[in-house]
Amino acid sequence: MPDALALIANAAGKLTREGLRITGRGATALPGLVALTVDPHFITALTSSLPHGVVCVSGTNGKTTTARMLADMVRTSGWDPIHNRSGSNLDRGVASALLAEATWSGEPRGNVGLFEIDEASLPGIIGRLRPRVVVVTNLFRDQMDRYFELDALAKRIGDALASLPEDTTLVLNADDPLVANLAVRRDAKTVFFGVDDPEVGGNVPQAISDATRCPRCKSPLTYERVVLAHVGAWSCPNCGFTRPARDVAAVKVVLGATGSEIALAGTVGSIFEPIRVPVPGLYNAYNALAAVAAAGALGVGLAEATRALANFRPAFGRLETAEVKGRTLRLVLVKNPAGFNAAIGALLETGRKPRIIGALNDRDADGRDVSWIWDADFETLAPAVEHAVITGLRSRDLALRFKYAGLAKERMEVVDDPAAAIDRAVALAPEGCEVVVIATYTAMLSLRDALAKTGAVAPFWED
Amino acid sequence: MELHIAHLYADLMNIYGDRGNVIALGNRAKWRGIDVEVRSYSVGGWTDSEWPDVWFFGGGQDQGQDIVGADLAGKNGAALRASVDGGAAIFSVCGGYQLLGHEYVPEIGPAIPGVGILDVTTRAGKKRFVGNLLAESPDGQLIGFENHSGRTYLGAAARPLGTVVVGNGNNGEDKTEGAVQGKVIGCYLHGSCLPKNPWVADRLLGWALSRRYPQAKIEPLDDRDEAAAREQAMAVARARP
Repeated sequence: MPDALALIANAAGKLTREGLRITGRGATALPGLVALTVDPHFITALTSSLPHGVVCVSGTNGKTTTARMLADMVRTSGWDPIHNRSGSNLDRGVASALLAEATWSGEPRGNVGLFEIDEASLPGIIGRLRPRVVVVTNLFRDQMDRYFELDALAKRIGDALASLPEDTTLVLNADDPLVANLAVRRDAKTVFFGVDDPEVGGNVPQAISDATRCPRCKSPLTYERVVLAHVGAWSCPNCGFTRPARDVAAVKVVLGATGSEIALAGTVGSIFEPIRVPVPGLYNAYNALAAVAAAGALGVGLAEATRALANFRPAFGRLETAEVKGRTLRLVLVKNPAGFNAAIGALLETGRKPRIIGALNDRDADGRDVSWIWDADFETLAPAVEHAVITGLRSRDLALRFKYAGLAKERMEVVDDPAAAIDRAVALAPEGCEVVVIATYTAMLSLRDALAKTGAVAPFWED
Repeated sequence: MELHIAHLYADLMNIYGDRGNVIALGNRAKWRGIDVEVRSYSVGGWTDSEWPDVWFFGGGQDQGQDIVGADLAGKNGAALRASVDGGAAIFSVCGGYQLLGHEYVPEIGPAIPGVGILDVTTRAGKKRFVGNLLAESPDGQLIGFENHSGRTYLGAAARPLGTVVVGNGNNGEDKTEGAVQGKVIGCYLHGSCLPKNPWVADRLLGWALSRRYPQAKIEPLDDRDEAAAREQAMAVARARP
C-alpha cells in the first residue's frame, strides 16, 4: 500500500491525465511529471508491490520494439503488463504509464512492470525501479548533444547495473562489445543473445563505428564479421576480451521483405520450426532475440513467446503502415546513423527503388545537432531512390545531404508543410505503390498528425 | 588536376558527423573536374606524409583523444608540422582543433601537449557549450553546432575565424570563434561545417591545390542548395540558440 504522499501524487497525476484526455490530448509525459513533482519516490511506491516485478528495456536502438514484443509474450502467459507503450521513456513516461494503470487508491491494475527506459536516463532511474530483468539492446552514437559521449555513457550504465541486487538478470547483446562489457562489473545472472549465422554481415567496420576499440584495454578489436557499425563477431587480440558465449543464438537468419525467420541454437529449447518475426530488417531480428531472451529470463515458455512474436504488430513509426488513396505509407523512425543505416539496409535488401518522404527536425527529442545525417550512409541510399520529398524544420540540411550523396536534383523536392509533403509524395506515386516515410521523432509526430486528420492512422497516444 | 585529402584518425576522431567535411571537400573538387583521392591516416608510422594536399582533423571522444594525443606527441606530430611547412592545408574541428594548439590544460593533472601548429591554448571548462553557433567574418558568415567544454584562447599569431553572433565559440568570453593561421583552420563548428559553409570549403580547396598547381583557379559552383540550408540553419540559430 503506497504511503500518503504517493497517494496524493497518484491523485494529482490522475487528475492531470483526466484533464488532458477530456481536452483530447495525449497524456504520455505530463501526468507523470506532476506525480513525480509531488512525490519523487512515486515510481518506487507503485512498482514495489508488483507480483512479477519490473523489467527494464534500454539501449540506443530497438527499445520500443523489443519492449512491445516482450509485452505480447508475457501477455500470452497470462500476465498483465503495465507498459509505457507509446515510447515515452524518461521517468515521467514511466510514471504516466503507472498512473494510467493505477486505481485512485494507488493499486496497480497489472502484475508486471515493463518499461522502456531511455539509455541516458537508465542510471538515474534503475535504482527506483529495482528491476528483476534489465535488457540492453545495443549502444550506438545517438543525439550527441544530449548524451555527449558513448564511452562515458557506457560507463555510467555499467556502474548503475553494478549497483543492482544480485538476483537481477541482465539480458545483453553479446555482439555489441560495449554492451557485452556491461556484464563484467558484477557476478550477476546474465543471458547473452547474438547472431551466429556466418552469412550475416560483412568484413569491414562501417564509417560510423563508435567502438571498434576494446572497451577494456582500448586496443583495436578484430572482427570475423561486422553486422552493423561495431556490432558483430568481435574479439580483442590484446587483452583477450572476447564475445561472450551466446545463451540465445540465431544460427540462421533468413531476411525477407515483410519479416524474417530465425533458427535458434538448440540450447534454448526444443524447437523444430524457425521463429517468425513479422517485421523486416536484421535489426528487428535482433530485437526479437532480445525479447525471446528476456522472456526466458522471466520464465515465459519459448512456445508462448514465439507464438506471440508471430502475431506482433509494430509500434509508432517502427514500420507501421498507413493507407492513403491507394498508396501504402510505411513509417520508419530514425534518430541516429546506426538506426538510419539499419533501416535503409532493410529497405534495400529486397532490391526496391524506394519512393521516400524524408523529414528532419532538430527539436530536443530529435537531437538538436543535425550533424548525424553526415555520418549516415546516404551514399548507399541515394542511387536507389526513385524520388524523395523532403520536409521538416531542417529540410534544407536533409536536401543538401541527398545532394552530396549524389541524388539528382530532378529526383527530389522540398515541401515544408508536412500535410502538403504527404499529398505531393502520394500524387507522384503510382497507385498500389509504397512510399517510405523516414523521419526523426517530432517530424514523424507532425506527419502522423497530418495522417490522423485524414483518418489513415490513429492518434499515437491511443496506440 | 588531382587533389589528395587525408582524413586524420578517421577511426578515432569521427563523432558529431564531421565526416561531412571530407564529403564536401571531395565533392566540391569533383564537381570542378578535379580527381580526388581520400586516404585515412591513423595511429602508427606514416610513410607518406608528403602525400596530402589537405588534412581533415575532426572531434573525438575522450578515449580517442588520449590515443591521438599520444600518437601526435611522436613522429607523426613532426610529420604533420613538416606537411604544413610544405604547403598543405588543414581543416580541424573541436578535438582536432584543440590538439593542433600548444596544449590542453585539464582541470586536474598536467597539461597535455598539442602539435603547436596553431597559436592557441585550450583549458578545460566546467560547463559544456552545446547549441547552435553563428559567427560573422568579413569573408562570410559561419553556421554550425557547437558541443565542447574546452575553452580555447588565441595567441598573437592566430586570427579568429569569426565573431560570435549566437552561441559561445572559442571560450564564451571574447566573442571569437575558431582560428586561422596560414593555411590552417580550427573551429568548433559541427553541422557538418563545410557543406553549409561552402566558402570555407572553397578557400581550403584553393589553398590545397596551390601546393602543386600554383595557377589553379576555383570556379564558382551553383550553391543555391547550400545557401538555402545556410539560411534555414541561421534562422533556427537565431530563434532557438
